[in-house]
Amino acid sequence: MAVYPRHDDHEHVSAPDANEVDFYHYQGRWSGLASWIFSTDHKRIGLMYLTLMLSFFLVGMSLGFLMRLELIAPGRTIVDAQTYNVFFTLHGVIMIFLFVIPGLSASLGNFILPIMIGAKDVQFPRINLLSWWLFLTGAVLAVTALFTGGGPPDTGWTFYAPYSIRTGTNITLAAFAVFVLGFSSILTGLNFVTTIHRMRAPGMGFFRMPLFVWAVYATGWLQVVATPVIGITLVLIMVERSFGIGVFDPVKGGDPILYQHLFWIYSHPAVYIMILPALGAISDIISVHARRTIFGYSFIAMSSIAIALFGSIVWAHHMFVSGNSLVANFVFSLLTMIVAIPSAVKVFNWVATLYKGSIQLETPMLYALAFIFIFMIGGFSGMMIGVLAVDVHVHDTYFIVAHFHYILFGGLGFSLFASLHHWFPKMFGRMYHQVPSKIAWFLTFIGFNVLYGPMFILGWEGMPRRYYDYLPQFQLWHVVSTVGSWIMIAGILTMIINLVHSIKHGKVCKEPNPWGGGRTLEWTVPSPPPLENFREIPVVNRGPYDLEPSESK
Amino acid sequence: MSATTNSLVLAHHKDYRGSKFGIWLFLMTEVVLFGGMFLLYSVYRSKYPSDFHHAAEELNTLLGTINTLVLLTSSLTMALSIAATHHGNRKLALWMLAVTILCACTFLVIKYFEWGAKFHHGIYPGSAHLAAFPKGEILFFGLYFTMAGVHGIHVLVGVVLLTVMFIRVAGQPNAKLSFVAGHGLQHAEGGNLAVVDAQGKVLWKGDPIDSTIQRIDVRTRFWPVKSRFKVEDFNQLENSGLYWHIVDIIWIFLFPLFYLIT
Repeated sequence: MAVYPRHDDHEHVSAPDANEVDFYHYQGRWSGLASWIFSTDHKRIGLMYLTLMLSFFLVGMSLGFLMRLELIAPGRTIVDAQTYNVFFTLHGVIMIFLFVIPGLSASLGNFILPIMIGAKDVQFPRINLLSWWLFLTGAVLAVTALFTGGGPPDTGWTFYAPYSIRTGTNITLAAFAVFVLGFSSILTGLNFVTTIHRMRAPGMGFFRMPLFVWAVYATGWLQVVATPVIGITLVLIMVERSFGIGVFDPVKGGDPILYQHLFWIYSHPAVYIMILPALGAISDIISVHARRTIFGYSFIAMSSIAIALFGSIVWAHHMFVSGNSLVANFVFSLLTMIVAIPSAVKVFNWVATLYKGSIQLETPMLYALAFIFIFMIGGFSGMMIGVLAVDVHVHDTYFIVAHFHYILFGGLGFSLFASLHHWFPKMFGRMYHQVPSKIAWFLTFIGFNVLYGPMFILGWEGMPRRYYDYLPQFQLWHVVSTVGSWIMIAGILTMIINLVHSIKHGKVCKEPNPWGGGRTLEWTVPSPPPLENFREIPVVNRGPYDLEPSESK
Repeated sequence: MSATTNSLVLAHHKDYRGSKFGIWLFLMTEVVLFGGMFLLYSVYRSKYPSDFHHAAEELNTLLGTINTLVLLTSSLTMALSIAATHHGNRKLALWMLAVTILCACTFLVIKYFEWGAKFHHGIYPGSAHLAAFPKGEILFFGLYFTMAGVHGIHVLVGVVLLTVMFIRVAGQPNAKLSFVAGHGLQHAEGGNLAVVDAQGKVLWKGDPIDSTIQRIDVRTRFWPVKSRFKVEDFNQLENSGLYWHIVDIIWIFLFPLFYLIT
């Protein structure tokens, strides 16, 4: 509920108000910690998501570091086999459900999206806060699952039946945690879709929305349509474990393959829930730092929708060796190839945007360029494993591990890092330290490729994923990969320490448009923005990346 | 100082179409949620058609039919309750809402006795008695208890939701508007608190606003009086009604698929 001054003198309203405080200094009903955790302000909620997500990212990264350390030599190095199982399950569950699924959409999406469409907040601010609380609850439950019951989950993040209904570890609670996290994700998606439909500034048609908004819009639909499937699937696992209804239990006539179907009906679209906002953010970042209007705006916008549509009907390519019929495998293989088209449309358009642009190699741009490089390797390897014959060969090997790390971590991770640097001055009113940020980028980029590149070779040579031990012939590439993990972690830690330090000590940067090339609406409001973003809701008369007014499409 | 240049105007963030859009998206997630279970049902029924046929004979069709009628009636009274609010008839709306809640409770009570009898005969997931059944029948009952159970939870949520709605409608919905110092309030300094009608006539004039005022609270009451009743005031009731209808529709599918396939 808010109050706005009504003035007959229109000019007076447009003039900047020197007394206007940013949202950090706005004194609401609460103060201290309560002013954050009970705030319905989308900016605060976005920052809270970001804080939680990055904390879990560091935990997941530490687990990954330990796994790589264990794999530096064959046999036992630092932990035993059961602990290793627990490590990779936790690494997967934390990274997937607590980092990449909320991802860019819940963190930066919350912060930037309402400003980008010229709104004061999201459509349902209280539901927005609720979804953050559910996220926190799910995270706490997931952590609780580690220390209670029959021990930490050891099924891998996929909870495949029938092992997940047999194992004595604490799967029931972990599945419930993921259910709660899924509910949080649904509410975020529902909120954003409604917000984009109802709260765009006057004059902003769908084809005047920034591309990040388009991407979050497609993501929102996926979250709403796909997430309930994993919700019910995990409920069935819980019910199966508690009461033994038998739907996934072969002893009682159930079919574990159906579990795999239900699981991937959600979890494959979930990949696009993770990657779509990342793709959208890259479009915005490249346009700003290449000082160039985006090439092929409507194609990029529609490719997000196409990815969401096609991405929803390719799930069974995770199950080529699970015993599907050959016809089904053919169809899913073909559909998988089709997803590559809209993804490639984006890449071509980004490259075309760079062409003849005035490219400024700021840190966000460096991350964005690294993103394109990595995303292409990830995408091409994805095409390879979409081919039936190749997939049968490399299924469940390190090739797959390399592929999805190139897509998820290389894709979402690098896009998130790019976005963090890109919108950093907007979020905090300060600039990050330049030199360390570039060193961090270099280490992360090199480390990433040294870490995951060798996994392609390992997988091609037949190293199975999830194994605790391996034959001596694989050791060379395992050592290279582990060394890569050290380089990358050094880079990521440098980046995070640099960013956190810059929040308080960075160079003050109150400029609304610090990059000079930003034309979307978030660059018209002060940095950091005031509580309700705009003194007066702007009227939009041009495309998101244009300088000139244009006819509405 | 005229009323227009120095007054506070409330930005009433009430986008009813937006709320309705949101609730429809939510209903879609419900459909997908049950869709996952219907998918399992269809696969297993095509795999074990005769077992499903035999198992369905165990279910009490009479109680199932009564429950279907009870739920259909509740959907009717829900719709009537909303229609009554549209006509500003609060008393009728409350009565209809009460009948809806009563029907929902009746449904749960009948379900309780129905399941009680099943449990008494040793038919429940994981029981030794059921384990001796053919595989398709085990799956039938597994799915039956899960799907009807998840549906029952939705009915229970509906009871709570509609009870909250009953209290809101009965207690005359009121809205509290807060004008907090900081953004905007300083522009009203020097003015007065006043209530002004559409013609600009001052109906009531209160204290002057100065810098010591940190916040102004306005409590308003919307009375569902026929003459000045707005449909939007009962948007929440309509949205709850939509939820109740989806619960009903899901049962419409569950009933024939479990009780009538003999």
